[in-house]
Amino acid sequence: MDTLLVPPDAMQRRPGPLWLLAEVTYRCPLHCAFCYNPVDFAQAGPELSTDDWLKVIREARALGAAQFGISGGEPLLRDDIEILVREARGLGFYTNLITSGVGLTEARLAALKDAGLDHIQLSFQDATREANDLITNTRTFDLKRKVAAMTKAAGYPTVINCVLHRTNIDHLDRIIEMAVEIGAEYLELANTQYHGWAFLNREALMPTAAQLAEAEAVTERWKARLGKKMRILFVTPDYQSKKPKKCMNGWGEVFLSVTPDGLALPCHTARMLPGLEFPNVRDHGIDWIWHDSPLFNRFRGTAWLPETCQSCEDKDKDHGGCRCQAFMLTGDPSATDPVCPKSPDHGLIDAALAEAEKPGTVHPLVFRDPKNSTRLARPF
Amino acid sequence: MNPARPAINRLFRFQWEPAQQAHVLLYPEGMVKLNQSAGEILKRCDGARTVSQIVADLEAAFNASGLAPEVEAFLEMADAQNWITWNTD
Ligand code: SF4
Ligand code: SF4
Repeated sequence: MDTLLVPPDAMQRRPGPLWLLAEVTYRCPLHCAFCYNPVDFAQAGPELSTDDWLKVIREARALGAAQFGISGGEPLLRDDIEILVREARGLGFYTNLITSGVGLTEARLAALKDAGLDHIQLSFQDATREANDLITNTRTFDLKRKVAAMTKAAGYPTVINCVLHRTNIDHLDRIIEMAVEIGAEYLELANTQYHGWAFLNREALMPTAAQLAEAEAVTERWKARLGKKMRILFVTPDYQSKKPKKCMNGWGEVFLSVTPDGLALPCHTARMLPGLEFPNVRDHGIDWIWHDSPLFNRFRGTAWLPETCQSCEDKDKDHGGCRCQAFMLTGDPSATDPVCPKSPDHGLIDAALAEAEKPGTVHPLVFRDPKNSTRLARPF
Repeated sequence: MNPARPAINRLFRFQWEPAQQAHVLLYPEGMVKLNQSAGEILKRCDGARTVSQIVADLEAAFNASGLAPEVEAFLEMADAQNWITWNTD
């Protein structure tokens, strides 16, 4: 009976997180209308200190986390990410920087490289105030080209993520061409996920079915042409695919995200959910947060699922979909994700899709900036 | 020209993970957990050793013989997965 040699606690313990995502700041020089950051980010508390982050990194690594991502906001606005990367890398993490590239100088890049940074993902998007249209915004393109050349020279493959939406999706052909010109090895085309600012701007950002179909056709043509030279991943939007996704690969299963002000979350948008207490890494260790906090156990596994999902054979595959989406659409974070056709609220998705097909209505974009954030958090 | 020598693709990092008690490949999107033989083969893909040197090395280390087919099949799969590149100079 070998198993008796294993202490009962170790036998029952679930694995620790695999991912640690450090959202080190909500500050950002850009104002993307599709940003997934919380709409009320301006109300967030003070940012964690370098030492707070080092503690989080060490504790997450001790639990077995192997992937460390730094994002934001724009993480380069903090001057200590080199220190965080060095610590994480030294402990054996694979270190990823997710950046818009704004603020990445030769000196900064050299310091990050020296600290052991493994990978850079450049977000290639900029629905800024000056120009919603990526294509006309040559300044942005020049910046991305410069940054890509710099990172390439430093030995990093060029990995680009571009968020697609109603106002740029018709230019996909040109976007892919730009990625080729820049010498990208990998391009992720992510359709907008309607969280945070993107949900606020949903009507303005949602493409029509015809736009999407065309975008997929364009992508297929380029894929065939480029082969292994540049890999393209087209992420189909939830609303149109009608397939609920196993959000973050399951609540509290592999992913741990920490907000600039120290809240530990099972998903980077979970902060919006009502009725939950979010543990702060200033007050609690990562071990307790991961294994024992009410938050990480709230939607773990499938036992909590609503009736629609309990009787469904797909429940282990998708765990009832995205909690944030369920909440934003129905007001109930424990509802079946309405993108599922079996959801009693699926009509809401059909209505949103129908709205996107209506010709003529122009919805103004609300840009992500501290002023709008403060204004939107006010009750009147 | 020298025979090609396999090396780990620079997009991946190969290391021992204590939490998994296994060798793993880390890459931007995640982690591949390797079984023992895969770990032992990749450990020797340093861009300096040829395939036959790797085979000889493994046979010596594990006191075995006839490992060539298994090693070659694994390297073919690893190549298809982009885990390795080939040094030829
Ligand atoms: S999506 Fe845009 S505004 Fe939001 S953090 Fe990223 S770069 Fe900044
Ligand atoms: S009913 Fe629930 S479990 Fe079934 S497919 Fe829909 S979301 Fe998934």
